[in-house]
Amino acid sequence: MPSVLSSLNSALHRAFAADERVLLLGEDVLDPYGGAFKVTNGLSAAFPGRVLTTPISEAGIVGVAVGMALRGLRPVVEIMFGDFVTLIADQLVNHASKFHWMYSGGKSASEEIHVPLIIRAPMGGRRGYGPTHSQTLEKLFLGVPGLRVLAPANLGDPGGLLYRAILETEAPVLFMENKLLYLLPVMDEAALADFSLTPCGEDVFHLALRDAPPSILTIAAYGYMADLARQAMLKLAYEHEIFTELIVPTQLSPFNLTLVTDSLQRTGRLLTIEEGTYTLGWGAEVVARAAETLGYRLKAARRLAARDLPIPASGPLETAVLPGVDEIVQTAKTMV
Amino acid sequence: MTDPSHLYRLLYLLRRFDETVLDNFPRGVFFGTTHTYLGQEANAVGVLSGIQPGDVVFSNHRCHGHFLTYADALGHNDAPHALFAELMGRATGVCGGRGGSQHLQWRNFYSNGVQGGIVPIATGMALAEKRKNSGAVAIVFLGDGTLGEGVIYEAFNLASLWGAPVLYVLENNRIAQTTPIELAVAGSIAGRFEAFGIPVDELDSSDALEIMRIASKAVDDVRSRQTPRALILHTCRFGPHSKGDDTRPPQAVMHLREVRDPLGIHAPRLAPEKRAAIELEVNRLIGAAFERALADPFPSLNQ
Repeated sequence: MPSVLSSLNSALHRAFAADERVLLLGEDVLDPYGGAFKVTNGLSAAFPGRVLTTPISEAGIVGVAVGMALRGLRPVVEIMFGDFVTLIADQLVNHASKFHWMYSGGKSASEEIHVPLIIRAPMGGRRGYGPTHSQTLEKLFLGVPGLRVLAPANLGDPGGLLYRAILETEAPVLFMENKLLYLLPVMDEAALADFSLTPCGEDVFHLALRDAPPSILTIAAYGYMADLARQAMLKLAYEHEIFTELIVPTQLSPFNLTLVTDSLQRTGRLLTIEEGTYTLGWGAEVVARAAETLGYRLKAARRLAARDLPIPASGPLETAVLPGVDEIVQTAKTMV
Repeated sequence: MTDPSHLYRLLYLLRRFDETVLDNFPRGVFFGTTHTYLGQEANAVGVLSGIQPGDVVFSNHRCHGHFLTYADALGHNDAPHALFAELMGRATGVCGGRGGSQHLQWRNFYSNGVQGGIVPIATGMALAEKRKNSGAVAIVFLGDGTLGEGVIYEAFNLASLWGAPVLYVLENNRIAQTTPIELAVAGSIAGRFEAFGIPVDELDSSDALEIMRIASKAVDDVRSRQTPRALILHTCRFGPHSKGDDTRPPQAVMHLREVRDPLGIHAPRLAPEKRAAIELEVNRLIGAAFERALADPFPSLNQ
């Protein structure tokens, strides 16, 4: 089974080979180093002149990439640590995400403005990098009109998600890659032998235990948290006889929650899990929308997330701040 | 396009457009706010009237003059009406009323209302044109106030490193909203570009012809060398930053109008009767464009 890292790396190679308009900008992305997390490994050697290593200028390089996208190229920007997306907020919120809608009023389809731009950003903790190199910050960009936020999981084809984003999207995309996900294998059929996996469209997965009794809890999680949730599902089933369904979206914004609400029609209980901080996070929106859709039929809802603290460097402290498998199991038990 | 009559017509069109905007704001026909170009018209006319169709222009919050000149150079037959309509939030506006005064886009012209961020974008546009071998250059307008934004220095660095065919036009009107340059800009403006290896031309003039000479050389140089260049145009703002926020002594502004009026400087190059004919024609055009925009429908969200 290839890792998520090699799936993403091979997707970049394929996208570069498929379309000459694709290029990549980022810090320390040239071979032999190949990027801080090696996602761009081999790319600059295979495609000379199309991988631009940049100064430490996140705002500037995203601005340059926005300009390139406006003029017909398909740039991919690597932000070395996702924590640095704060530096590119102006470009994403006040420029790239606005141009299509703001400029296209009263224009014919051929005159409309598009910004096919991909920002890849490795997020997440559990590596001891401390408060400024371990965060999960995508919630700051959820709900920005005109901006898509994607987060691959180790399910389906994470590289395919990136490939399609690069070649088929006309809107700016923030592509959030969890750092712990990189080294996990993409789960194939054998690895998922206990589960039935249903990909629903390209951006949502539904996971349930094979031949299990009816589920009584819906878990919604994305990225690396989806893998922890999958591990928790097994524990809940085998150790506590609590059967659950897991919904894993890969598109976080704009929201697509049909699958969550479908599952909730069966279970009536919702647990959301995210690695970002608890307050005003992704789960809050999922729960709110579930409540709007289900009304009184939503019997219980809980959110698990990072505590509202900076991510500590010390291992035990970091573990205490981030949601883990045991916490998922304990929380689920209280809900049924 | 150095025909003195055409230049005068453009300068007068820009002047009358923004005067009409300011005069009519109290009537409540426009949404939001506006930033007029009064006094700086020679910069837009000098820099943009010789533009090539493929060239890319990125302007800022004070974009009416840049837009009208670009539109004139590319043969837009109804630009004043489309801009009035945009300011009035009408469906017929440049962006169907979605953008308003600061957010325009037509052909290869773009503007945005946030300071600084457009500078790396224009730099990236220039790099894209270079990769496409289109021969086009990018021209981006910034002001002395924008010198406070850090991202522009990232852009200058990248432009110089990567050879972006971009002309940075810095219109220094010596005042950012109400803050005089002495309170906001330390050191040398030219030195800011030179530190990155970007050659600088500098001119202190409100003469459209003089600006045109230096600007067209600068644009030619950017195009042929495929490297960035900066043009610092020291200029004078006759109007408020937006509507009623001019804190300068009126006599100081009056003095600027006497000595630095692009129209007054260019006018003697035309026979008085020619000038009068142009002014009559432009006044009629502006009046008609304004009235027509006022009668246009408002857009709806699902248009």
